[in-house]
Amino acid sequence: MTVIDIAMLAITVVGGASALLVVTARNVVHAALYLVVALLAVAATFLVLGAEFLAWVQVLVYVGAVVVLILFGLMLTRAPIGPMAQHNDMGKLLPLSVSGGLFALLVVLIFGSFGDATMTIDVTGAGALGDILYTFWAFPFMALGFFLTVALIGAVVIARREEGEGPDPHIDTVERERPTPVPTDASATPGVTSYPDEVAAGIATGEEE
Amino acid sequence: MQIQAVYPLVFAALLFCVGVYGVLSRRNAVLVLMSVELMLASVTVNLVAFGRLAAERTGEALLTGQSFALFVLAVGAAEVGVGLAIILLLYRNRASVNIDDADLMKY
Repeated sequence: MTVIDIAMLAITVVGGASALLVVTARNVVHAALYLVVALLAVAATFLVLGAEFLAWVQVLVYVGAVVVLILFGLMLTRAPIGPMAQHNDMGKLLPLSVSGGLFALLVVLIFGSFGDATMTIDVTGAGALGDILYTFWAFPFMALGFFLTVALIGAVVIARREEGEGPDPHIDTVERERPTPVPTDASATPGVTSYPDEVAAGIATGEEE
Repeated sequence: MQIQAVYPLVFAALLFCVGVYGVLSRRNAVLVLMSVELMLASVTVNLVAFGRLAAERTGEALLTGQSFALFVLAVGAAEVGVGLAIILLLYRNRASVNIDDADLMKY
């Protein structure tokens, strides 16, 4: 057992444990932070396999950008920060048996097919990868850039507030600007302020929570 | 330096199965998206490992596996952006990110 085997074993243990915590954590923010550790373990695997450029792209894009985006998503959807009921209608047993069975099958297949295969590790830097990306894969690479632009514009269009859509449904009436009371007619009970319809609806949904 | 091929492959299989469990069992849509991210990451590990294995067998320094892993990384980043936009839209219209509530197209 060489030092690189031990490093890979440690990465597997740390990455696997944090991935398990991602899917079992009761607190959604903790799950996002465990995701950072799992993705860093993937980057470390790339380093062990000699894919230097990919490792740093993984750190930059996933740990840097995607996790921040997911944290923003948690914040904007006002996910419950504390513990929450975590399982959907499918319960726990069926997903556990499906993924456990899949893992057992994959491990048997991997050890059956590649049980004695070894790989020579030599570092491939950014230069070699750039050479092949800009020559052999040049057209797919540019198509990828176009695809990213399309995805960005599509995300903006989807997430935009359309006319006629309601305000953020969970917004508290306290946080909102204090509404100006609608001038009531003479028959209204004195002392009772009436709010515009949408604010009243907001109050109603707020009480439902 | 030599490394057993099974280590990265088993690590990738573990990440993928944990992601499958998360997708099937969690109820918050953002957490489902995070599980999908885990599965994508495991696929990139597999691509790099098999690219390395193919280079070992043919004797050439093939970088196809790493190129494909880079493509998967970029597609995954785009997928997170669009997915979060859809989840935000769902939240605005249904006041919930519980995936059991998004059953409008269920028969």
